[in-house]
This record gives sequence, C-alpha cells and structure tokens, in this order.
Amino acid sequence: MSVVVAIARKELALYFRSFLFYGLAAVFLVLAGYRFYTNLGFFVLMGGMDLPLGLWQYQLLDVQALLLVLVPLLTMRLLAEERKLGTLELVWTYPVRDVEIVAGKFAGCCAVVLLLLAATAIHPVLLARLHPVAPGPLVAGYLGLALLGAAFVACGLFASALTESQVIAAAVAYGLLFFFWIVTWNEAAVGETALRVLVPLSLFDRFYPFARGAIDTRNVVFLLVFTAAFLAFTFFALDTRRWRGIR
Amino acid sequence: MTPALEATRLGKVFGATTAVADVSFAVAPGEIVGFLGPNGAGKTTTMRILAGVFPPTTGVVRIAGRDPAREPLACRRAVGYLPESAPSYPELRVDGHLGFVARLKRLPADERRAAVARVVDACGLGSVARRPIGTLSKGFRQRVGLAQALCGDPAILILDEPTIGLDPAQVVEMRELILRLRGRRTVFFSSHILSEVAAVADRVIVIARGRIVAEGMPDDLQARLGRRRRVRLRVDGPPSAVAATLRAATGVLAVAETEAGFVLEASPETELARTAGELMQRAGWPVLELAEEPVDLERLFLDLVAR
Repeated sequence: MSVVVAIARKELALYFRSFLFYGLAAVFLVLAGYRFYTNLGFFVLMGGMDLPLGLWQYQLLDVQALLLVLVPLLTMRLLAEERKLGTLELVWTYPVRDVEIVAGKFAGCCAVVLLLLAATAIHPVLLARLHPVAPGPLVAGYLGLALLGAAFVACGLFASALTESQVIAAAVAYGLLFFFWIVTWNEAAVGETALRVLVPLSLFDRFYPFARGAIDTRNVVFLLVFTAAFLAFTFFALDTRRWRGIR
Repeated sequence: MTPALEATRLGKVFGATTAVADVSFAVAPGEIVGFLGPNGAGKTTTMRILAGVFPPTTGVVRIAGRDPAREPLACRRAVGYLPESAPSYPELRVDGHLGFVARLKRLPADERRAAVARVVDACGLGSVARRPIGTLSKGFRQRVGLAQALCGDPAILILDEPTIGLDPAQVVEMRELILRLRGRRTVFFSSHILSEVAAVADRVIVIARGRIVAEGMPDDLQARLGRRRRVRLRVDGPPSAVAATLRAATGVLAVAETEAGFVLEASPETELARTAGELMQRAGWPVLELAEEPVDLERLFLDLVAR
C-alpha cells in the first residue's frame, strides 16, 4: 500500500511542478466559472423555472464536457513519459508490482481531477449566499462527476500505456472517450440488436441521471466496472509490452 | 558458494532480431566483473534481463540462487540497477527522487531518511541534494543514477555503461566510486572500452553478436586480444616512398595511408614506434607525429569480424 501512496504522491508532485497543470487548471476553472455565470444568467432572465434543479443540470453537463477535454491532457504523460524518460525501466527493477504502478498512477491523477472538481463547488457555495440551494441534487451530480472523472482517468491511463508519445496517448484517449460519448447519437439509424449492445456502453447516458439528481445503483456500478476494466487493460498493456521487451 | 548472478543459455529475441543468442556466465559474490562488448552486442539486453526489466526468451537466470520468475520481488530487492541513460525525474529534487526510490524499494519508514543520506554522501551529492535533477550536469545526474542503485544496500549492483558521456575527471570519480564498493558488493558493469574495464574489474566477460566470445582476467585478456600493436605516424616525406620503407621494415604487418597519416600494425613483440621513428630519421623525413594507439575493443571486434 505504501508503494501505491508513494507513486500517487510522486504523480501529484510532478503535476504541481508542471506549467501544464496550472494552465489546464486555469482554463478548466475559468470556463466552468463562465458557464456558471451564463447558466445562472439564463435562469434569472428566463425566470419561473425550477432553479435549484434545472440550473445544476445544465451546469453539471457543462462541467462533464470540460472534464472530457481536460482529463486526456492530464493522463497523457502518466506512463508515456515514464517510458520516454526510461524511468519505467527503472521502476520495473524495484520490488514493485505492475498492479501497484497502475493503482498509484490512477490514484494520483484521480486526486488531481477531484481537486479541480472540488474547486468548482465554489459556484453553489456562492449562490447559496443569495438564494437557497438544495444540496441533494448537487451531491448526486458531484458523485456522478467524480465517478465519470475516474472512468476518464482509467481510459486515459490505458492510452498512456500504449505509447511513449504523449500526443498519441492524448489522441487515443480522446478517441476512446468520444466513442463512448457519441455511441448512441444515431440511435434511429442503428439496428435493434446493435442498439441493445451499444446503449448501455454510453458513458454520458449513464451520467445524465446523476446530473438530474438521481443516484441509480446500476449507473454507479457501470461506471465502476468501466473504470476497473480500463485499469485491467492498462495492466495487460504494460505486461504485454514488457514481455515483448518494448520498454 | 551460490553465485550472486548466474545466467544459463540466455537468449532474447525481439520480433525478428536476436539481441542475445546464447549467453552463460556466473558472477561470484563480492566480485567486480566487467561486461565488455561493442555497441549492439547484447550487453544492455543481458543486463536488463538480470535486473528484471523483462524476462529472457530462453534460458534461466538466478539471482543469489533465486528464480526471478518465481520470486520477482525478492530478486529485485537484491539488485541495484543503473540503466545506461541514468533516467530520473527532471522535476524532482535529488533528495525527493531518492526518497521516492527508497519508498519503492520498501525501506521501513524510520530507515528511509538515513538510507537517502547515506547514498547522497557516498555519491558526493550533498551540495546538490535540494536542486531539481533537471538542472544538474550529466556527471551529477549519473551520480544520482548510481545513488538510486545503491539505495537500500542491495548486495548486487548492475551498472550499464556507468561512465558513458562523462568527462575524464568524472570518469575517474565514477571509477573510484565503484572501486570503493570492492569486497562489499557484487558489481557487474558494462563498458565498450577495454582500458576502463581493466582498471576496475577482477574479471572480464566479452560479448559479441549476442554470444560470449572471451572470459578472463583483465591483463590476460588485454594481451590475448591485443594481438597487434598499432601506431599512427605523420611524416614530411613522399608518401609512396614512406609507405615502401615502412612495409620493408621487420615485424610490420600492415601499412595503411589515411588522411591523418599512416597507420601501421605489427605483432605485439615489435617495438613498432621506435622502429618507425628510426627509419624516418635515417631517410631524412622529419616526423611530425608518432603515437602508439591504445588497443580498443571496438577496433578489435572490427578486426575479428573482418577476418
């Protein structure tokens, strides 16, 4: 366990020492703040709608889209850079299991994503000073964002295990995440059977109930299984490359 | 006594390339063994297999009698490894990096600080301990690499080209660092420079094209491998006449004309430089440069391959 913590802490230290992290954090928080401002403005101007529920639904869906852009840029370096630097080769000669490497990297990056998500909690806190805010739907929404963030991180980590190029790792992660986003967009054009297979795979359909304030166990389980599956793929990708001697 | 490192009929194939064909050797505990071979001979691949980076395609490895396939963590704990490029995290400070290594090597919490302080001291990193590794010179980064290998006091050290890319003063320092480990640790290090290995190692293993081609004490090996003496000569005289004179001299086996002058080869017992100097003097051609070239392994291998 202490090895997992050590790897997670090292990842955090590397994030907090990189300009990329501060740049991404700034863009993410500014855009999230801008969406909050405009969403709030929209509700105030339109008036009469269910503010506590409807506003957050819009806002959480916007934060979800921002997460989709943010996470691959955070995960791309996790394993690709270690491979490029040659430090992965070194870590492999320490008494560390591959499972611990994957777990440590995942935990470190998740901590960063959660930190950024937590920073967006400033919006309901600010609003609560002016207008009553129902906490229930927000808790559900943020739980959904956290689970979705973890799933994105697992997916990005897998992409980063495939290559030593950070750009390729980010591109693969975007490809995978976009696939799981748009997989159900053309529902009408897809056959009945295919739809039955594809619909449950859509990450974003899974998130939508959370944004509306509903915690459905099936959705929680799906996101956890999705995350675990991509962590397992990461492990196998590392192991395969190691056996083939590709560092 | 159980060997510290033992490789039996080791082979490693990457796709269509055979990096290591058939390598068997053993290193006794406390021995300093040099692993010599030209670039691409299979040194790094062999060392990576021994260090546990990847398993061999064929053959068996034993680390202090243990099987890395069965007890990977115990084997890795016994080995400290310095890869050729001495990789590290440029953003981390030297002490932070070594602290991270100490954690990954599973040192108990109360021993980590002392362990890091010990290797910082042993590798002369005290003055840069709080600086980010990315700001350090190549020599210091190589020392950080050695420090991480030493961290946790492994009984066996595997060092891949520990002096590559260092300036002469740093090479001497690194050599002294290795010599200071004599008797306390088993050291298996690679190089492609014979003189460097001869200065440090108790024994030398030579690899070429994925196979062991020679094994022995440094002096024997140098004599056995250094079959020819080589002298470089620049002289102010008519080239064809100079070449003819040199070729006629006793003991001279070959004369080649290059842009940098003539290169002569002779059997080891010939006093080649003296003979050549005297001949030029007698003919009245002023000698501009006359130097005996050290036998380096690359050239030797080239000779061997050419034959």
